Amino acid sequence: MAARIQIPREARRGDVIEVRILIQHPMETGYRHDDVGHLIKRNVINVLSCRYGGVEVFRADLSSGISANPYVQFYTVAEASGDLEFKWIDDEGQQGSERQSIVVKG
Amino acid sequence: MKRRDFLASAAGALALPGTAFAQVDPLDPLVRAFANGAAVRKGKVTLVLPQLADNGNSVPIRITVDSPMTAADHVKSIHLYSERNPVPNMANFYLGPRAGKAEINSRVRLAGSQRVTAVAKLSDGSFWYDAAPIVVTLSACLDES
Repeated sequence: MAARIQIPREARRGDVIEVRILIQHPMETGYRHDDVGHLIKRNVINVLSCRYGGVEVFRADLSSGISANPYVQFYTVAEASGDLEFKWIDDEGQQGSERQSIVVKG
Repeated sequence: MKRRDFLASAAGALALPGTAFAQVDPLDPLVRAFANGAAVRKGKVTLVLPQLADNGNSVPIRITVDSPMTAADHVKSIHLYSERNPVPNMANFYLGPRAGKAEINSRVRLAGSQRVTAVAKLSDGSFWYDAAPIVVTLSACLDES
């Protein structure tokens, strides 16, 4: 499960930074049928979380109501240089994670 | 009955459906259930959706909440509800004072034209909402298509 994350490379302490994440995932709703008429099992990303310097700053419960290749944009305050760690898990138990570092000045 | 009396009563009868309409609860019953009896007031939250979506499979959505986002006064969570989706609770977002700004952008699936509601739970325990109507030309697929 590839993901694309965009955060500023550097920021000043106290700045509100924009965080964007796009995960490659079908977000299968569980209401569609395949070519031979069998229901395709639901498989969506349930939980997406973001930890900044080890502290959870954002979490989302997603459902089939979120588009395929889910995109989420949120904000956080640049506190200190470190990593933003993203983790997500889908119905099949597949986990994905990604990290991006930020340099905080001042 | 004098003509004047008749007109007055007719006007009263006409006004009645109007007031009855105004009393219809604009809030999604699921939102009411989620708040668990607490008052859910309109305001603070701004929900931005396009008025018309050609394709319900991916509709951009923006939720902003008017909040200083300090340790004493911040948004705890934002919940998205759909009237017509098979899963009405589309997403829950959990924020905190570290967010700095209460704004979420995402893309949702919508099964038909409907009203979408966003509810925010604040740190003082109050609930606020905003709702936006949307016309969806092609619904997100519930069957093969």
